Amino acid sequence: MRKKELKLVVTFHTTADAMAMEKLCREQQVPGRLIPVPRAISAGCGLAWCAPTEERDHLTEVMSSGGIDLEALHECMV
Amino acid sequence: MIYMDNAATTLHKPEAVRQAVFQAMGTLGNAGRGASAPALDASRVIYGTREKLARFFHAENANRIVFTANSTESLNIALKGLFVPGDHVITTVLEHNSVLRPLYECRENGAELTILGCDHRGNISYEELESAVRKNTKAVVCTHASNLTGNMIDLKRTGEIAGRNGLLFIVDASQTAGVYPVDVQENGIDVLCFTGHKSLLGPQGTGGMYVKQGVKIRPLLSGGSGIDTYNPRHPSEMPTALEAGTLNGHGIAGLGAAVSYLEQTGLDVIRNRELALMRQFYEGVSRIPGVKIYGDFETDRRCPIVSLNIGDYDSSEVSDELNMTYGIVTRPGAHCAPLMHRALGTVSQGAVRFSFSHYNTEEEVEYAVKAVKELAD
Repeated sequence: MRKKELKLVVTFHTTADAMAMEKLCREQQVPGRLIPVPRAISAGCGLAWCAPTEERDHLTEVMSSGGIDLEALHECMV
Repeated sequence: MIYMDNAATTLHKPEAVRQAVFQAMGTLGNAGRGASAPALDASRVIYGTREKLARFFHAENANRIVFTANSTESLNIALKGLFVPGDHVITTVLEHNSVLRPLYECRENGAELTILGCDHRGNISYEELESAVRKNTKAVVCTHASNLTGNMIDLKRTGEIAGRNGLLFIVDASQTAGVYPVDVQENGIDVLCFTGHKSLLGPQGTGGMYVKQGVKIRPLLSGGSGIDTYNPRHPSEMPTALEAGTLNGHGIAGLGAAVSYLEQTGLDVIRNRELALMRQFYEGVSRIPGVKIYGDFETDRRCPIVSLNIGDYDSSEVSDELNMTYGIVTRPGAHCAPLMHRALGTVSQGAVRFSFSHYNTEEEVEYAVKAVKELAD
């Protein structure tokens, strides 16, 4: 297994919200990708947005202006 | 990309299925709504698929087959439409949430529920099933195979127990329809729920249910039926009773082509190939130190699924690594099977599920074994 890195992980209430996030980030060329929700956050499945930690401010601003309904913003080893 | 998530949905469909959907989208009107050529074409295609499915599952006749969007819809129709407060229902920990959640709703509305456990391999006890029967037991509801372990429940034995005790026997065949033959009459099945998009190789959004002659289900939906318009109530005749609104004619055309493909190819040919690939993968990964496999592999009467974990790694991480580094598609997490994971002790870790199609190859399996080995090293 590859070495884990500290990442920003955004979780959502629904898969639809996660897809809205991916669409918005692609449009605005914000780095990151969808991953399965890590168990450190929840064992309940679903998709999360994983991005470099240095993108935190940028990402928060993009989500806020794009009307993204997020569940929580975590920093964890992924 | 190597697709090994066929228990979630089959990605590779026969060419005939794609062609049937494509053709239907250019020609079909609304089935049962008038006698124009396009409307009749739609009615004929849908009836043709109904007949094929009736033959496939050994139903009494085509009118016992109802079309729905998927197994979940079929199970909701069956479970919410059959049970009333005071009924006792027996089910198992092998079930998917599509069985469990409707049953929990029935329990909230006054039904009683017994959930049978399983042994360390994930198999139920038929003695326990029989001893769970009470005076007010109405039905046994079970999956034909666990979507997590691939273990099967013996339909014949369960059907006999249900029949002997005068219970309804409701089966979720999501994982087995298209892999194993299911004879509803021989197994004493009252309601069989199936989806079109898994091993039946049809389009997503297709599925259905068999309802035995004499079994009355309260409809979940009412509305347009194309007949008896001035009746304020939805018609009670089958299959219309459980099919309010326009059917997915385009998808059902594809499902019909899929059933023909399965019959022409032979379920035994498909199943033997899938089980051989599963066995090759199992033999390969079971020798890797640190790999834990779930389910009963002492028998080949199982679904072509191998769920595993590598050490204490999060199944989501392993599946993501398989995807990103090796291009192998699997499913991590809980697989909508909370009680099965609880029984196996994998609630936190989940499991990485590899599930095979007859379109997979020995080379792909060999590559997947190598990938698991490298990740476990």
